[in-house]
Amino acid sequence: MNQNTDVSPDAAREASREPALVPAVNVHEDASGITLYADLPGVSRERLSVEVDGDTLSIEGELALELPDGLEPSYAEVGRRRYRRVFTLSKELDRAKVSAALNQGVLTLRIPKVEHAQPRRVEVRVS
Amino acid sequence: MVGSLFSRDLFRELDLLQREMQGAFGISPSIRGIARGGFPALNVGNSPQAVHVYAFVPGIDPSAIQVEIEKGVLVISGERSLEAPTGGERSAVHIDERFSGRFRRVVSLPDDVDPAAATAAYRDGVLQVQVPRREAARPQRINVQ
Repeated sequence: MNQNTDVSPDAAREASREPALVPAVNVHEDASGITLYADLPGVSRERLSVEVDGDTLSIEGELALELPDGLEPSYAEVGRRRYRRVFTLSKELDRAKVSAALNQGVLTLRIPKVEHAQPRRVEVRVS
Repeated sequence: MVGSLFSRDLFRELDLLQREMQGAFGISPSIRGIARGGFPALNVGNSPQAVHVYAFVPGIDPSAIQVEIEKGVLVISGERSLEAPTGGERSAVHIDERFSGRFRRVVSLPDDVDPAAATAAYRDGVLQVQVPRREAARPQRINVQ
């Protein structure tokens, strides 16, 4: 067996286990769906991953700062390079129609409700 | 003797201990760094050429951030307003963690910097301020004849 093939799955698992920052989020719900905003400063579009797997929504991003040569950190409040946060989606949300936008370090996710879960007005007739 | 009791190393040890405990209990530090000074979170680094300050201030118009240097102190201030929930009466707020409102953070700079040459750039929600050191303060190599 090739040793490299043994190493890479382990390395991938190791990366997902690496301690990560928990981004601050806001979650708003309206009649047609849910909007999630997440603060991910330092994450560019290429280094962001939003995944829906079954009921699980996971947001992961990697911080990429332009650090000059010879930089010595003297004080750090952001001490990790990854962000990760996982949410569980409820049944009435439409996994296939999740849309995402990243703007100036803020991720906006829109998760619509499936058609039949949207509120319908039932008319009450006077007989 | 008293001086050495409160030396920088003690604070370093405490900080290290705190971080080790966070690691041991699996507690992730808040991105907003509430426990250590609030919004925006700051990282500071030194290079031979400059002092570099990174402020993690996502989702803001760069023109709404004020960066000032006065008497050797760098002040980063501004205001962040967030998206209001849409949908009127039917809307609900389930999680509300992101900072909103006015912010102000202060970093004291070393004596050997040149405030007039400072530059600031905003990208992907990170404000990066560079304050170059004075020419005379930079390390110089002296040739041995």
